[in-house]
Amino acid sequence: MKQIPLQAEVKATKKLTVSSLTKTRKRSDYFWAYLMIAPTMLGLFIFYLWPIIQTFYFSFTEWGAFGQYEWTGLDNYKRMLEDTNLLQSFKNTGIYIIFTVPIGIFLSILVAVLLNQKIKGKSVYRTLYFLPVITMPAAIAMVWKWLFNADYGLLNYLLSLIGIKGPHWVSDPKIALYSIIVVAIWSGIGYNMVIFLSGLQGIPKMYYEAAEIDGAGSIKVFFKITLPLLSPVIFFVSIMSLIGAFQVFDLIFMMIGKSSTALESTQSIVYLFYQHAFVLNDKGYAAAIAVLLLIVILIITAIQMVLQKKWVHYD
Amino acid sequence: MMKKWLIMLLTVVLGLLGLAGCSDSKASSDAKDGKAEITYGFWDKKQVPAIEEIIKLFNEKYPNIKVKTEITPYGQYFQKLETAATGGALPDVLWMNGAHVVQYAEGKVILPLSDMAKKDNYSLDNYPKSLIDLYTVDGKVYGIPKDYDTTGLWYNKKIFDDAGVSYPDDTWDWNKLKEVAKQLTNKEKGIWGYAALMGNQGGYYDFIWQNGGHIISEDGKSVGFDQPEAIEALKYNISFIKEGLSPTQAQMTETAASELFSSGKVAMMFDGPWMVPEYMKNPDLNVAVVPKGKKRAVAIHGLSNVIAANTKHKDAAWKLVQFLGSKEAADIYAKTGTVIPAYNGTQDAWKDAVPNLNLQAFIDGAEYSVPLPSVKNTGEIWQYETDILKKAWSEEVSVEDAVKELTKKANEALKK
Repeated sequence: MKQIPLQAEVKATKKLTVSSLTKTRKRSDYFWAYLMIAPTMLGLFIFYLWPIIQTFYFSFTEWGAFGQYEWTGLDNYKRMLEDTNLLQSFKNTGIYIIFTVPIGIFLSILVAVLLNQKIKGKSVYRTLYFLPVITMPAAIAMVWKWLFNADYGLLNYLLSLIGIKGPHWVSDPKIALYSIIVVAIWSGIGYNMVIFLSGLQGIPKMYYEAAEIDGAGSIKVFFKITLPLLSPVIFFVSIMSLIGAFQVFDLIFMMIGKSSTALESTQSIVYLFYQHAFVLNDKGYAAAIAVLLLIVILIITAIQMVLQKKWVHYD
Repeated sequence: MMKKWLIMLLTVVLGLLGLAGCSDSKASSDAKDGKAEITYGFWDKKQVPAIEEIIKLFNEKYPNIKVKTEITPYGQYFQKLETAATGGALPDVLWMNGAHVVQYAEGKVILPLSDMAKKDNYSLDNYPKSLIDLYTVDGKVYGIPKDYDTTGLWYNKKIFDDAGVSYPDDTWDWNKLKEVAKQLTNKEKGIWGYAALMGNQGGYYDFIWQNGGHIISEDGKSVGFDQPEAIEALKYNISFIKEGLSPTQAQMTETAASELFSSGKVAMMFDGPWMVPEYMKNPDLNVAVVPKGKKRAVAIHGLSNVIAANTKHKDAAWKLVQFLGSKEAADIYAKTGTVIPAYNGTQDAWKDAVPNLNLQAFIDGAEYSVPLPSVKNTGEIWQYETDILKKAWSEEVSVEDAVKELTKKANEALKK
């Protein structure tokens, strides 16, 4: 959603600069411009760019206790090729993404469209859907952990009323990942819903009026007008949720115990990174995992950028 | 326009304040009047009341030293320390356990205390020798012991009474434990006879020693998990789960065994004296000595207070550590029943503080106790134990396969 006005602005300023302003603009103007953005650039460099460069460097090192490290070249990357845990964590993260991103986007659009109608008490519903977003992830995880508890949880109690013996939601290796996916979708709907809502309200009324005059039904209107005009927003949300899903950590950390039998089948790439960096104190290998993750996200985002030309409509 | 000026003014003022703040703290650290603010890092929130009382007493003696406490849950404690130590930001005084002391001493992030103790005539003979040895690295003492702990067999009297079984005593052995666990398990009421916890101290370590096995060989080069004695001990442990006498590994990760026990769902379990403040609230609970296997054995371990090498207030930190190891502090620990104080001669006061529990069981344990092994990479080995043995506990892999993998990984860690 943010991208559309931004791109429009960029185009507008480009036109201006190209036409007349470049010639008249003095050097000193540029000096002031750079000076003004310097504080932000400095912050960006120190807190974002520098750590990335350092991580890249550390991925070629091996760490001992308390910050001593030595250069080991490509050893960490060679080790990755044989690491079954890493493979498993990529698989877990993949499953997590395949379920949370499409289902999450689908449900958020559905909720946004429903709450965009003229219905009674819609602000109450909007608030309810947004509540998980402003709740701390730790609190969400704790409450769901209790709901999911196999012996004393609410979920299995309700199931027992209709005679079903519920499974071990968060400690059965086959189910635990899906339990986490449910919580992730539940807690992500609100945020995406707000973005979609604003996207929906940005669609000019005249299109709907024209469609109405032409006698289009509501389903046709949705697929022919709403969805295409919402596509830039969908694109934005899908990129953001994909990157977010690649970096899933907190829910798994909070809901799956360290000695849980389901840890291997749920641990994500970032969880494995955390395990190596802070538990096993193997910071060099952890940095290599982080670099690999960065590259994978970069590639997938690039693919999305190329594909978007086929389905995203900017007016 | 007004607003802009206001913001600029604020920025300048705040900036100056920040600078002033820096210089201020520096001045106080150099001050000679002994005024200092130091931090004390630890993990157990059950000990907060006792520690607050000790600090109050400490401040009566040294009103100029302000002590700030910093609690980090045990699960994250050593991860946080590791990062803090790398950045030179450790709390001035902190808790240390036997598993990590070698690593921290060799990494030079904690200070040796022997010289300071000698200079101040601070006697180290007031503590059990095994505990001083635990915190001695390369001939230098790094920690002043604060407490020690062994393991006892906690049990729920009510469940025993309902089933008409007599309470555990010092005649019990492995067979008896199993037999009673069978009698007490009641599927209908949701009661398990025993909780076969997957933990090393007060868990499989104790069983392995009782069966005549060892954890780390005497030369410190290999582990003994793949020895027949160890395999048999692990199998005995897991058999409780297999036979339905204990909650499964999955159940115990979802609901902590200690919670199941204190709410009357588990009849017996091994646990340490650190649970006394919690369990003494429930009048149904009591404790006995752990049953014997081929011989009697139980793990002993104790915590100590150490000083971080990055401290700016070495003198103040040393004063606090001395006080935390003093008889006054031990008396407060004893009086409140929090832990078994390490200071010789104060243990009886601890026992008397909670007369309705048979705390003598823990003190008796010290006689035939085995120190918790401590090498440079203990932390790493513990991590492998959790990762690998949990698969045996959940019956995903056989005990034989699990110990094979564990022994391989642990032996590699020992070589580092």
